[in-house]
Amino acid sequence: MLAFVIRRLGVMLVTALVLTFVVFFLTNLPPNLEKLARSEGSVRMTDAAVASWLEEHGHTGSVFYRYAEWLGVAPGWVNTDEKGVTRGLCIGQRDDPALAPKFCGIFQGNWGFSTVFKKTVLYSLGKSMAATGWLMLAVMVVMVPIALVIGVLAGMREGSRTDRVLSTFSIATSATPEYVSGVILVALLASPATGLSPVLASWGWIGGKTLFMGTATSAMDHITFWNFALPVATIALYGVGYIARMTRASMTEVMTQQYIRTARLKGVSFRQVVLRHALRNAMIAPFTVIMLQFPYLLNGVVITETLFNYKGFGWMLVTAAGNNDIEMLLGASVVAVIFVLVTQLISDIGYVFLNPRIRLG
Amino acid sequence: MSNAVWDPSQPILEIENLSISFFTRLREIPAVMDFSCKVMAGEAMGLVGESGCGKSTVALGVMRDLGKNGQIVAGSIKFKGRDLVKMAEEELRHLRGSEIAMIYQEPMASLNPAMKIGAQLIEVPMIHQGMARVQAWALARQIVADVRLPDPDRILNAYPHQLSGGQQQRIVIAMALMSKPALLILDEPTTALDVTVEAGIVDLVKDLGQKYGTSMLFISHNLGLIMDVCDRLCVMYSGEAVETGAVAQVFDDMRHPYTQALFRSIPLPGADKNARPLISIPGNFPLPHERPKGCNFGPRCDYFQAGRCDAGDVAMADVPEGDRHASRCVKWDEIDWHAPPKARVVKEKAPIGKVVLQMDDLKKYYSVSGGAFGGGHAKVVKANETLSFNAHEGETLAIVGESGCGKSTFAKVLMGLETATSGTITLFDEQVQSTPIQQRSVDTVSSVQMVFQNPFDTLNPSMTVGRQIIRALEVFHIGTSDAERTDRMLELLDLVKLPRAFADRMPRQLSGGQKQRVGIARAFAGGAKVVVADEPVSALDVSVQAAVTDLLMDIQRQNKTTLLFISHDLSIVRYLSDRVLVMYLGHVVEMGSTDQVFQPPYHPYTEALLSAVPVADTKVIRKRIVLEGDIPSAMNPPSGCPFQTRCRWKSHVAGGLCDSTMPPVQTLAGGHQIKCHLGADVLAKMDPVITFAAE
Ligand SMILES: Nc1ncnc2c1ncn2[C@@H]1O[C@H](COP(=O)(O)OP(=O)(O)OP(=O)(O)O)[C@@H](O)[C@H]1O
Ligand code: SF4
Ligand code: SF4
Ligand SMILES: [Mg+2]
Repeated sequence: MLAFVIRRLGVMLVTALVLTFVVFFLTNLPPNLEKLARSEGSVRMTDAAVASWLEEHGHTGSVFYRYAEWLGVAPGWVNTDEKGVTRGLCIGQRDDPALAPKFCGIFQGNWGFSTVFKKTVLYSLGKSMAATGWLMLAVMVVMVPIALVIGVLAGMREGSRTDRVLSTFSIATSATPEYVSGVILVALLASPATGLSPVLASWGWIGGKTLFMGTATSAMDHITFWNFALPVATIALYGVGYIARMTRASMTEVMTQQYIRTARLKGVSFRQVVLRHALRNAMIAPFTVIMLQFPYLLNGVVITETLFNYKGFGWMLVTAAGNNDIEMLLGASVVAVIFVLVTQLISDIGYVFLNPRIRLG
Repeated sequence: MSNAVWDPSQPILEIENLSISFFTRLREIPAVMDFSCKVMAGEAMGLVGESGCGKSTVALGVMRDLGKNGQIVAGSIKFKGRDLVKMAEEELRHLRGSEIAMIYQEPMASLNPAMKIGAQLIEVPMIHQGMARVQAWALARQIVADVRLPDPDRILNAYPHQLSGGQQQRIVIAMALMSKPALLILDEPTTALDVTVEAGIVDLVKDLGQKYGTSMLFISHNLGLIMDVCDRLCVMYSGEAVETGAVAQVFDDMRHPYTQALFRSIPLPGADKNARPLISIPGNFPLPHERPKGCNFGPRCDYFQAGRCDAGDVAMADVPEGDRHASRCVKWDEIDWHAPPKARVVKEKAPIGKVVLQMDDLKKYYSVSGGAFGGGHAKVVKANETLSFNAHEGETLAIVGESGCGKSTFAKVLMGLETATSGTITLFDEQVQSTPIQQRSVDTVSSVQMVFQNPFDTLNPSMTVGRQIIRALEVFHIGTSDAERTDRMLELLDLVKLPRAFADRMPRQLSGGQKQRVGIARAFAGGAKVVVADEPVSALDVSVQAAVTDLLMDIQRQNKTTLLFISHDLSIVRYLSDRVLVMYLGHVVEMGSTDQVFQPPYHPYTEALLSAVPVADTKVIRKRIVLEGDIPSAMNPPSGCPFQTRCRWKSHVAGGLCDSTMPPVQTLAGGHQIKCHLGADVLAKMDPVITFAAE
C-alpha cells in the first residue's frame, strides 16, 4: 500500500509539473505579455518600449528558464537599468538588492502579486479558497447523500415506477447546466417580482421582499440558510443527477449478479439484500465518480459564484482572467491542479479499500 | 417448520404439468412445457438434456425465481404437499435457504465478493432459526469442516477470491447445507471444475445427501455424473420431459429414441472407435419458438413416421414393466430397442508416416510480478518443463491434463504466439522455437494451425462466413484471383460438411457446432499439416460433439494431417487418439500409445484422472480414487515430484524420495514413459481402474 501511494505521489508530481508548465506557457504567450506591459507601464508605449519593458522585467528569454524561475528552482532575474536602479524577481520595491535571496518561486512561498486585487497572490487565494471551501462542503453534504439514496432506490428495482420517476429526475437535472438552473431558482424563489416570493409576501408569510436572497455576498461574512441555499442548490442539483445516474447504473448491474440471487435464494429479505449484499458492491463505481466530481464542481463553482456574486475561487478566477492577472492565474492553476490530483489519489485509495479483490489481491 | 403435517412417504417435491414461459417484446417463449416429476424423501433425481432444453428454468421455477419476464403459466409445484406456485412472497422467503436450497454453476459468481465467507454462511441460520451470532459461527465452522475444507477458521475469515474454484464450490455447498434443507437443487455444480476436483465434490454431495437425508434435484448434461449421483433421472428435450425412470433402467432399457441417440453419441470406455463408432444426432436443436408440430424430436428421429409422430401433442406414457418408467413417444413399444445401430461405413485409418514435429527439452517460463501495488518479487512460473516428444504424419497425439498443467502454453509456443525459454521445436526440418509468428514464413504459418475451444469468440461477428474463410485464404496467399478463392472457400465448406449457402450467413446465425466447423475450415484453409485442436468440442453439446470429432478425423484421413488434440476429457481422447501425453504442472508425467496409457501400469496421476472421469455405463466398475486437495499453483510448485502433494502411492517409495527429488523418466516396454520413482515391481502390480461387470 505504501509503495503504491509513493508511486502515485511521484506520478502526481510529474503531472503537476507538466500541467502547470502548460498553464505557464499559455499565460506567458507574447500577446498576454504585451498586454501586461501596456497595463503596467503605459497604454501608449511604442513597440520598442514594450520590448524593453519586458526585457527589464524579466519576461524575455527561454520559457523553460522563466518557468524554472517561477517555480523557484532557478535563480530569479536581476537587471540594472541605465538609471542605476536594480530590479529583480526577488527584490521588493524598497528592499536592498544586496540582501535579496537568489531564488524566489512558488517553492519559496513567493507566489507573486495580484495586479487586480492589489494583494499578494497567496493572500487572495487563501481568502477565496476558504470561501469556496464552505460552498463545496455544503454542496457535498447535500449532494452526496441525496444522490446515493436516489441512485440506490432507482437501481434496486430496475424498471419499476420508482425507478422511472427518479431516473427522469436525474436525467433532467444533470441535463440542466448551472446557469439555467441558477436563473430558474432565482426567478422562482428569490425575485420580488416573479415566482413564489410575491405570493408569500402578499400573504404576509415572509418579512422581506423575497423568500431567499438572490445574492450570496453576505455569506462571505456570515453564512445563513437564506443566503446560501440557492448557490448550494444550483451546484448540487447538477451533481445529484449525475451521481445518481452512476449509482443507479452500478446498482442495477449489481442486482443482476449471481451472488444477489444467492442471497435471495438463501431467504434474505429484499431490504437486507439491498443493504447487506448489494450496497457495498454498488458503491465501488460511484465512489470514484464522486471523487472525480469534486474537480468537476469547480466548473459549476465558477458559474454559480459569478451568478450569485460570491467572492470565492471561481469568481476570483473569472476576475483574474478578465484582467490579465498573470500571477494570480498561475497561482490559481497550481491550486486547481493539486486539488484535482489529490482527489484522484483519494479516489484510487478508496477504491482499493472498498474492493477487497484488489486490496488483498 | 410448517404446522401442516407432512407424511414422509409422500413425495417431497411433486411437479405436475408445469409450463413456464418467458415473455419478450417479440413473443412468448415457452421454455418448459407440461413437465412433471416427483422426488421422494432422500432420493436424488437427475435432470439431463442439452443446453437450452429448460433444465435451469425448471430449477428456478421451483425456487420461484424466474426474473422479471419469466412466469409459470400452468401446473403446480408441490413441496411437502404445499403448492409453491400459489405461495405468497413472504412465505416463500421462509422456505428458501431453509427448506429448499440451490447451488448453481459458477461458484465464484455465487459468492458475494465484498463479504467474508463466514458472514455469508452465518446469515442463513441467523435469518431462519434466529440463531445468535456465536452459535451460527460455531455451526459454520462445523459445516465447513464437513465439506472437507482444511483450516476452517482461516477460510471463514477469507474473502471468496482468496479461495480456489474447488474450495469456493465447497463453500457454496456448505452455505446450502447450513440449515439442513429437505431439498437441494444443484444446477451443473461441477461444470466449471477440473475432473479430479469434480470427483471430490461429487463424492461430497453424495455423502452429505446420505448423512443429512437430503433429497436432491441434480441438473447436468453429463450422463456419467448423473449415474454417479442419482437414483432416478428425467431426460429433457426442448422444454419437455421425454423419458423418466430409475437410472439403471433408463440407461440399459431406454424407451425413447432421443435417450438412445444421446447414449450413442457419447464415447464409452472399453469401446474403441472401430467397435463402437460415435453416432451424432443429425440436425439441430429447435429453438423454443420453432418447435415442430407433434413430437419435438421428430425432425431428428430415426424412427419418425409421418402422420403419427407429427399428428399432435405426444403425451407421456407409462412403460409398464418399469418402476415409474415413462416415455413421451408414440412408438415406444413398437421399436426394437435391442437392434444394433444401422451399419456404418468402416473407415480405413490413414497410415502413420514420418516425423513432422519434434520437440526437445522445451521449456517455457513466464515471469510475473507480485501483488496489485507492484512491490513483491517477480516470480517465475514454469509453465512447461522439459517437454520432449515427436508427432508423425497422420497421427493423433492427445495432450491431457487439468487446468494450469501447461497445455495451452505449449500450444502457444508451437504456434509462435510465444517464444520458448529454451529447447528446440523442429517442424519439417526447420527450428521454430524462437521465431514469433510475425517472423514466420507464410508457409510455416499456414502449415501449423489451431482450432480453438470457444467457437463463439474466434469468429468476427460482423463478417459473413464466406468472407472470413476468404480472408484466411488471402493471408496464406492461396489462389490468385477472387474467383479462385471463392471456389476454394466453397470446397472448404464442403470439406467441413456445411451447406454452400452458409457462405452468406453471419456467425450469429449459426449454431455452436456450425461455428466450430467454420473454425475448422479456416484452420485448413492453408492446407495445414499440423493442427492443434485446443479443447475443440468441450464448449459444444454432446450430440454435436460426436459430429465435430468425426469431422476432424475425416479431414485427417484425407489430408494426412497431424492432429494435436488437447483435452481434459479422457473418454474422447481414448476414442480418437493414437498416442497420449499426460501433463501435470508443466511436466509430462506419462506418455505412450493409447492402450499403454489407459491400461496399467499407470502413472499415479493418470490413475486418479482415469478414475475421476464419470462413465455413463452401468456395466463398468470403476475404482474410486479421490484426490485430496487442489492442484498446486504453478507459481509455487511443490518440491520433488510435482504430484507428491496428492499422490497415494508415495508411501511405496523409500526414503522420502518423492518429497525431495524430481523423479526420472522410466521407459517401460514398448516405449511407454512414466515419470515416477515407483519401482517396476510396484508398477507391474497396479490394478486396472476400469473393469467390466460379468455379463
Ligand atoms: N430470461 C429469459 N428470457 C427469455 N428466454 C429465456 C430466459 N431464460 C431462459 N430462456 C430460454 O429458455 C430456454 C431454456 O433455458 P434454460 O436456461 O432453462 O436451459 P438449460 O437447459 O438450463 O441450458 P444450459 O444447459 O445451457 O444451462 C432457452 O431457450 C432459453 O433461451
Ligand atoms: S414420437 Fe415419433 S418422432 Fe417422436 S420420438 Fe417417438 S418415434 Fe421419434
Ligand atoms: S514420484 Fe512419488 S509422488 Fe510422484 S507420482 Fe511417483 S510415487 Fe507419486
Ligand atoms: Mg442451465
